[in-house]
Amino acid sequence: MFGRLTIDSLPFYSAVAASGAAVTVLGGLAVAGAITYFGAWRMVMTQWVSSVDHKKIGIMYIMLALVMLLRGFVDAAMMRSQQAVAYNSDGYLPPDHFDQIFSSHGTIMIFFMAMPFLSGLANLIVPQQIGSRDVAFPFMNSVSLWLTTAGAGLMLISLVVGKFSTAGWTGYPPYSGVEYTPGVGVDYWLWMVFVAGFGTTMTGINFLVTIIKNRAPGMTMFRLPLFTWTMLITSVLIIFAFPALTVACAMLILDRNFGFHFFTNAMGGNMMNYINLFWLWGHPEVYILILPAFGVFSEVVSTFSQKRLFGYISLVLATCAIGLLSFTVWLHHFFTMGSSAKVNSFFGTMTTIISVPTGVKVFDWLLTMYRGRIIFKPPMLFTIGFLVTFVIGGLSGVLLALPPIDYMMHNTTFLVAHFHNMIIPGVLFGYLAGYMYWFPKAFGFKLNEKWGTRAFWCWIIGFYVAFMPLYVLGMLGMPRRMEHYDIAAWQPHLIVAWVGAFIIMLGMICLGVQLVVSIRERNQALDLTGDPWNGRSLEWATSSPAAPYNFAVVPKVESRDAWWDMKQRGVAYERPAEYEDIVMPKNTYAGVVIGVAGGVFGFAAIWWMWWLALLALVVIAGTIIYRASDDDDEFIMTASEVKAIEDERFAQLAKAPKNEMADEPGFAGNAAPEPAE
Amino acid sequence: MSSVASMTISPRDAERYEEKDFGFWLYLMSDAVIFACLFATYLVMVGNAAGGPTPKDVFELDRAAAETALLLLSSTTFGVAAVALSAGDRGKVLLWLAITFLLGAGFIFLEIGEFTGMIAQGAGPDRSGFLSAFFTLVGTHGFHVSVGLVWIVVMFAQVFFKGLTAPVASRFMRLGLFWHFLDIIWVVIFSVVYLPGVL
Ligand code: HEM
Ligand SMILES: [Cu+2]
Repeated sequence: MFGRLTIDSLPFYSAVAASGAAVTVLGGLAVAGAITYFGAWRMVMTQWVSSVDHKKIGIMYIMLALVMLLRGFVDAAMMRSQQAVAYNSDGYLPPDHFDQIFSSHGTIMIFFMAMPFLSGLANLIVPQQIGSRDVAFPFMNSVSLWLTTAGAGLMLISLVVGKFSTAGWTGYPPYSGVEYTPGVGVDYWLWMVFVAGFGTTMTGINFLVTIIKNRAPGMTMFRLPLFTWTMLITSVLIIFAFPALTVACAMLILDRNFGFHFFTNAMGGNMMNYINLFWLWGHPEVYILILPAFGVFSEVVSTFSQKRLFGYISLVLATCAIGLLSFTVWLHHFFTMGSSAKVNSFFGTMTTIISVPTGVKVFDWLLTMYRGRIIFKPPMLFTIGFLVTFVIGGLSGVLLALPPIDYMMHNTTFLVAHFHNMIIPGVLFGYLAGYMYWFPKAFGFKLNEKWGTRAFWCWIIGFYVAFMPLYVLGMLGMPRRMEHYDIAAWQPHLIVAWVGAFIIMLGMICLGVQLVVSIRERNQALDLTGDPWNGRSLEWATSSPAAPYNFAVVPKVESRDAWWDMKQRGVAYERPAEYEDIVMPKNTYAGVVIGVAGGVFGFAAIWWMWWLALLALVVIAGTIIYRASDDDDEFIMTASEVKAIEDERFAQLAKAPKNEMADEPGFAGNAAPEPAE
Repeated sequence: MSSVASMTISPRDAERYEEKDFGFWLYLMSDAVIFACLFATYLVMVGNAAGGPTPKDVFELDRAAAETALLLLSSTTFGVAAVALSAGDRGKVLLWLAITFLLGAGFIFLEIGEFTGMIAQGAGPDRSGFLSAFFTLVGTHGFHVSVGLVWIVVMFAQVFFKGLTAPVASRFMRLGLFWHFLDIIWVVIFSVVYLPGVL
């Protein structure tokens, strides 16, 4: 009945594990309690959980990402604390637990922080940037969200029931095989990746179709805003890269649970197959994460330099080139695993070549700032911090791309320093910049700038203090994933790194305070115009938050920087003579049912409760068939309803005639919205 | 198609169906990458028999040929159903869908026989790397065909109860894409797995 789930699976074997579980359970209860306290269940269920509105789905994705950022950061802080004290001592974490923590940290940060953040920003913004009313498949969008959430849910459950994997975020066999790691940990990892991976693949398909098919008239490919361009390429990468991950995970599941021999050491298995498949996905994945951040930087840099983007075409071409090249370098993740010198030099060269288009981008951003009138709002600070720091990370990456150097450095903390050096300024700063930049679009008020600036300084200083010592440690020969050590020279650096993590913690706190303060003082920071930054692309043409249909009248695009152009031509805030009916998708619970059933399926498969797994599959199939037979999934928003919403918008506009940026020193003074009569 | 197009559908609906078709194509491409990975794995593993049965020992060309015939034929009958759909002949659509289903079910029947036979003679997927790869590749295809069979049943019910409405016709076209896609994958399986195995 309960498969291999027994009472021993509860985390009472160690105080640290038990308190982690307690925090998780209490956190869940606190959220449920808060919703009950505010009497908000009905609202949550009918307006959020069942929603197919891409803007709401985007907000839920980002909430998920922020929660998981916190969880991932707690893991990181625990590791830093352990390594700071573990010189000639056991520290406070037993080895098995330390291993679970680095595995869950990496897994969370990549799959459940960065990926949802990316999907969230895309959902929030892409349809509006291309002048569309919706994504191509709103229902599938909801399924994607809930499958991703189901994966994250499994992640959190692993803290309470059973143990998590100790095989790192990459899960290399044969260590992750059943012979060396028999428990449920690796199965948790596999199934959560598998379930969330389906959601991601659907997101990729959804956005590729949306961007290709749903653009407003006149929005040619070479007029697409850069963020949309990067999401387009990211979607292509998702569609072509994620299958490799699915296959690798499926095979490892078969090996572990059904005695197959793909990656075992005996019976003709070959673990190198796993490593090839994994990185065939894994390398494109890092570009899946970073390209959208590049898109955010491009938008932010031109808005806050008050200039058009320098080298638009070269940025687009560089994005495409990076997308292509990202499939040709995966082997640099295992230079040391016995390929021939010829193979290694090919992949080393290809890796180095990727730095060319990336360098082009850096110069384009710099030249956009050159002679711009820069306004230093938090998103812009994150962008500048990124530019400086990212170049350092890129240089260390070019070093690692040389196989001889990689032979010295692989699996040392030098590598850990390198990829955090790319992924924190490159990915996380980008997403945080996007979060602060587009927050007013989502909620109708701006985030507090003082706390945003503080968060930035803590993050960037903390980053340097936490990760520069790891470069040194790597050169001193410290392997990654060490639980304790007996080399005195390492400890000072590890203590500095611990201080860095502490400063980053202050950054996390600032982010939290910023959110709370901003919500509390929202009336002082209302964005009535819908265009708080004097923006350039079409998402700023809608009200904040945008109406369910985004655009009452689909805009006609006549140039790049479409919204800027409309403001220049004085047609930005024109009121249409009349409105028309708009067809909208109906809310549905089918998405969340599929998501929950997907999570139950994963849980059942981890614990070998096959009857439950079967039941969950039947529910999923039934829901899909039910949906597929439902020809009545839309409703009509009548012209008069549309008119009512739009009238309100114009009334708001009249109250805020002046562009909010006009008070900024250096404001170029342009195209303030005309008050409606 | 022509009659679907001539059905009174609004330009907006036409656009939506086109989006769905495009999305479905993208899904098929993604699925094709899954098969590509499985093929690559099979080719790497085919020599890793670990002292157990080799392709020569376990593949029966007659059976594979029969499976191929059934599947190719089912693709043809699906095509006939599609023609009937264009002609707006609901009865014929139902008839040919049913035939397609039977042919597909025959394929699955033969395949299950093949698999159970192999397992019975000690050549199951846990015997060697080669057999793991074989069962996974061919089994994944078989799983797809089974999903296709369920879909055909659903399609049959929709045609039966709803008639040849535009949404039904649009789903029918995508089912067709799926079915023909599986056919193509099978042809590759036949020529990459079975033929070199027995020749
Ligand atoms: C917020 C500040 C962060 C800190 C202080 C931090 C710290 C750490 C530490 C101490 C390790 C283990 C290194 C070792 O084993 O020697 C690690 C590993 C890792 N981190 Fe972070 N990290 C942070 C943010 C991130 C972010 C934002 C990401 C990705 C988006 C990330 C992805 C990873 C990955 C993939 C690993 C490898 C895990 C493994 O070895 O399996 N980290 N990090
Ligand atoms: Cu790589």
